[in-house]
Amino acid sequence: MLEVTNLTKSFGKLKVLDDVSVRMHAGQAISLIGPNGSGKTTFLKCLLGLVMPDGGAMTLQGKSIVGGWDYKRQLGYMPQIGRYPDHIRVGQLFEMIQEIRRGTFEKLDEELMHAFGVAEFAHKTMRTLSGGTRQKVSACLALLFDPAVLILDEPTAGLDPMASEILKEKILAEKAKGKLILVTSHIISDLEELTTDVMYIMEGKVRFYQPIDTLKSRTGEQKLNRALAKIMTTQSVTTKQ
Amino acid sequence: MLPSFRIIKYVLMDILQNRIIIGYTLFLFAVSFGLFNLGGDSTKGLVGLLNIVLIVTPLVSIVFSTIHFYNSYEFIELLAAQPIRRSLIVWSEFWGLTIALTLATLVGIGVPVVVFAANATGISLVLVAVGLSVVFISIALLASVLTRDKAKGIGVVLLLWFLFALLYDALVLFLMFAFADYPLEKAMLGFVCLNPIDLARVVVLLQMDIAALMGYTGALFREFLGTNWGIVFALFVLAVWAIVPMLLAVRVFNRKDL
Repeated sequence: MLEVTNLTKSFGKLKVLDDVSVRMHAGQAISLIGPNGSGKTTFLKCLLGLVMPDGGAMTLQGKSIVGGWDYKRQLGYMPQIGRYPDHIRVGQLFEMIQEIRRGTFEKLDEELMHAFGVAEFAHKTMRTLSGGTRQKVSACLALLFDPAVLILDEPTAGLDPMASEILKEKILAEKAKGKLILVTSHIISDLEELTTDVMYIMEGKVRFYQPIDTLKSRTGEQKLNRALAKIMTTQSVTTKQ
Repeated sequence: MLPSFRIIKYVLMDILQNRIIIGYTLFLFAVSFGLFNLGGDSTKGLVGLLNIVLIVTPLVSIVFSTIHFYNSYEFIELLAAQPIRRSLIVWSEFWGLTIALTLATLVGIGVPVVVFAANATGISLVLVAVGLSVVFISIALLASVLTRDKAKGIGVVLLLWFLFALLYDALVLFLMFAFADYPLEKAMLGFVCLNPIDLARVVVLLQMDIAALMGYTGALFREFLGTNWGIVFALFVLAVWAIVPMLLAVRVFNRKDL
């Protein structure tokens, strides 16, 4: 469904993405993990057209998306830090995005908005919202247009435990509908619950990309975090040799 | 409504909520009113107003547009992830700013001019004020998409204003004296075209037809092109000044990492 080939991106001298090639399919939920600054967010931003790649190709359902815009109707994006105009009210923000996207979506999915009780703080301006409430707004916006691909950059960071559970349930429900979901997080237990595959990015390269089950059986571990720890230590040994 | 109008609406709403644009309108209105009431002669008032317009309009236009662009960065990021053309985002910023500053100029300068000096010169002054605003919005947007840092961006546009409004004439004068032995008339015409503020001055002074105030470049324009063609030519070059930086800004923005 989503295919990336030989994607490269540098910021100045720093190579952030180095020849990344991956194929992703509908129904897959993929964890993107890797150390801070490894290129996860840049990879997602390339898919979203926010960052312009230096080279390589990206296709969604067979059509190139590099420099395009129409494909974004199929994407829902929840940024790591949701930044919004200060003076706009929450309700206005939702109206505005709907107005701007009018004609590009089939139906609205307001399930998460109801679950989070957005109506109760719809009159507040974005500036007065706490970090967690902003995250709720970002999550609702990402899911509002019922997109085929969900791109979630640290979705549960900053959410209270209850909100976090609501969001995870919603993500699982979307996964069950056969959507493609990309999630970055540093909370491995969350990823284990939500995703089917793991993509490990380090220094701009995809080190491994496998189904969680394969990973567990290969390492003989039951828990994803232990399996990851094991594979990383053996990898670092092999790279040192 | 077309997608572009929907976005312009939100840009415009954001700008009109800003108190600076209202303060600017009131300032222009007060200055125009004051100048027209000072001498009694409307031409004197127009000349005084011209000098204000040539300094203040570019400054407010370029600084306000730059600050607005950086303050809208969140909004721009949000829009960039939506299924709309990227160029639409910058064009919406441009039109939002253009509509807002044109309104401010028409109320602040246009109304007093219509009341006190509703003649061809007065109208050309208002036109030139609007034109200069648009030119400097365009330059401001180009500078803003090229520089990531807000403080640096504002510094750059202040320097550009300083160059066009104050430094440029001194440089041209210096060149004139340095090469006084050579025929520089045609080169001087070129120099005028390189500075939108000079062009604006030439348009109004040609319209006024006061030889004493026209200065060297104004006289040259009349000599080479005649009054009417001089005005048309100057307005055309001014339009180029409004369009070219904006087209460059769109090009840069389309490839910019957000």
